[in-house]
Amino acid sequence: MYFGLSEEQQFFQESIDKFLEDIVTVDALRAYRTGEDEQFIHLVYDGLNELGLSGLIVPEMFGGLGLDTLFAISVAESLGKGVAPYPFIGSFLIAPFLINELGSDSQKEKYLPGIASGENRFAVSLSEMTGRRTEIGIQNSNEKLNGRSLFVMDDVHSTHYLIIDSDAGVHIVDADESGLEKVELSTVDITSFISELILDEVKTEMIGSGSGNIDAIKKAINLGRVALAAETLGASQCMLNRSVDYAKERKQFGRQIGSFQAVKHMCAEMASELEPCYSMVWYAAHSIDHIPHEADLMACQAKAHLSEVGAFVAKTSTEVHGGMGFTDDLGLHYWFKRIGLNRQLLGSPDLLREEAAAAQGI
Amino acid sequence: MKKDNPLGWRIKMNLDFGNEYAEFRNEVQSFCKEYKGIHVTGSLYSYESVIDPNEKPRIEMDFKEWQKILIERGYHVRHIPKDYGGFGGDLDIVKNVIITEEFSKSKIPTGVGGQGIDFLVPTLLEMGTEKQRQRYIQPALHLDEIWCQGYSEPNAGSDLASLQTKGELVGDEWVINGQKIWTSTAKYAQMMFCLVRTEPEAPKHQGISYLLIPMDTPGIEVRPLVDMTLDAGFNEVFFTDVRIPAENIVGERGQGWLVANKTLVHERGSLGDPNKMIRRYDKLVNLMKSEILDGVRIIDKPVYRDRLMKIQGKILALKSHGLRLLSGRLNKGQDINLGTMIVKLYGTEMRYELESLAIDVMGELGTLYNDSPHLRDNGGWQYAYMYYLGLIIGGGTSQIQKNIISERGLGLPKEPKIQGA
Repeated sequence: MYFGLSEEQQFFQESIDKFLEDIVTVDALRAYRTGEDEQFIHLVYDGLNELGLSGLIVPEMFGGLGLDTLFAISVAESLGKGVAPYPFIGSFLIAPFLINELGSDSQKEKYLPGIASGENRFAVSLSEMTGRRTEIGIQNSNEKLNGRSLFVMDDVHSTHYLIIDSDAGVHIVDADESGLEKVELSTVDITSFISELILDEVKTEMIGSGSGNIDAIKKAINLGRVALAAETLGASQCMLNRSVDYAKERKQFGRQIGSFQAVKHMCAEMASELEPCYSMVWYAAHSIDHIPHEADLMACQAKAHLSEVGAFVAKTSTEVHGGMGFTDDLGLHYWFKRIGLNRQLLGSPDLLREEAAAAQGI
Repeated sequence: MKKDNPLGWRIKMNLDFGNEYAEFRNEVQSFCKEYKGIHVTGSLYSYESVIDPNEKPRIEMDFKEWQKILIERGYHVRHIPKDYGGFGGDLDIVKNVIITEEFSKSKIPTGVGGQGIDFLVPTLLEMGTEKQRQRYIQPALHLDEIWCQGYSEPNAGSDLASLQTKGELVGDEWVINGQKIWTSTAKYAQMMFCLVRTEPEAPKHQGISYLLIPMDTPGIEVRPLVDMTLDAGFNEVFFTDVRIPAENIVGERGQGWLVANKTLVHERGSLGDPNKMIRRYDKLVNLMKSEILDGVRIIDKPVYRDRLMKIQGKILALKSHGLRLLSGRLNKGQDINLGTMIVKLYGTEMRYELESLAIDVMGELGTLYNDSPHLRDNGGWQYAYMYYLGLIIGGGTSQIQKNIISERGLGLPKEPKIQGA
């Protein structure tokens, strides 16, 4: 019996952490935000792809590494820790997962190698499946899509869109297809890429068979939720680490602020909330591959719980930094906002708890 | 904060205990079948109502007899040598886990621990003399001798090491004077393991000795201490010229703090058992299904259901955390240091939250007490709601836990010492 990350997973995390510490600095994020450095996100994209992230879960026969969910989730943790502006969850988890589960051999052949190499860049639209708002709706009639999709994930220099319609049909749409209009949505979190799509008689290529897709889509959403939870875990851990470092360094009243119980206890509360979250995220990831009857519940609860713990850590760690925590100079807010965005994607905690209750017949 | 420290083991997540344990599990399962529906009587320890009060017990058995059966069959105190009254098996954590899991599934009470078995026995095994082990371990295991713990004093709570109960060696006897408080089971106990200041000149941590005191020694007075549950679960114990043999000391003079600290670690870890928490959660779900307000089950009201789901989220986190802690004990090199430190804080605060929800679910009925009509589950929720507040405080308060987590776990600086304290 062993419950934890493997040596290989930990080494892999370390190499991602190191890369992100060097490249995704607060100065770099600021320059990117103000438009002074347009190369930045390409640098991040190419660097992480080189480490193998684009092909992480793509089967080896299609040029990927063929790794499992726990591996993918451990990577997401590192990406959150380093607030990577990188389209991992949509482009490199959900898209290849669904294409591999539902696609024909020729579709897999056509798309998966390009995903693994980083040439095919898929944004994903799941807004028909979770947190559906009245202003959206995507209809498929005779392989033509019409309607509107909100909160398309990972839409950055996209070559393709993976879109789910109101009948759970799964579509691949070429980004240059006529009738497709993309509206970039700026969110609080500049490290994420969110857009809205307006579709008018857009030609699509369907994968899978409509109603038979539900299980695969559910599994893809579980994967996305656990990955978001893992990102939040990593981002929260980074905020706690920075708080502890700051509390050791900063002096007031002639002593390190970390020697005051008021500050100490904030840090202890964050650590106490975060420690069990590692196990929860790992277990949820493990359940997706190995304990399927627990996967729906674990995915909902892991993301709901991490969203709450993340919000607590984001607020508390900002407070530990005092006024500096509020500044752009220190840049702690990039983590705060990543946690805030993840909280709402693929289901806010309140909705997820309702779903969790339903999943167990409560 | 490195999470885990890979010491060259090439090992991947797997939750199997392996084939060698399948047979053991079968064995435990058939034992559980044999005793399903058992009701244990006569014990002063709570068995946390393992059987449903509406279910008629199939077998009734005295607690001492049940304890003996469990020890004989190897389902309790497995690793304690036969010579001292144990089963004499190896220390196998996995087997202990299997026993706990299977007993829990079949709702069969596990063996009783208590202060004697959980704290005194491991201490004697590690630090006691051969004579002490021969004399004390067997009666403790078989519950023929009940032990209580004499640590806290009115002026030594969180700052336990400042305790002042005095022990003086006069001839071949210790003469003890002073007072202890929060002494559970003192009313029934035959023996107490006690921390006493024997070296008044030494620094506070080095002036304490660990003494074993028969409770029928003249000069001992036990006064029940009624707590907010209106139970006298605790006592005050007063010592006036209490004389015990000089040999009733564990470890050397002045080593008592060291001896006692070995067991404090056990005490804190035992308060976050996820199995107990899951059983309690299941009961709460049942309560929420059976309580009906304006024709609607409480569980079907979204606000209450959301609170339930929040608690379930925390329980699932704690359950997974339990797997990680177990893994850390089985796989040397996996770092679970910080993970272990948070268990008491996390477990007790969460349990209190769970009990609080039950009170709100019952609404006005949640304020009924004692033998009032309309009580649900015999008033167990009301009792537990208060009792678990006690556990947040006892065994190292939540605030002390946070000091420990931040200083020893996160490496934050200690608070500057005040001169003379």
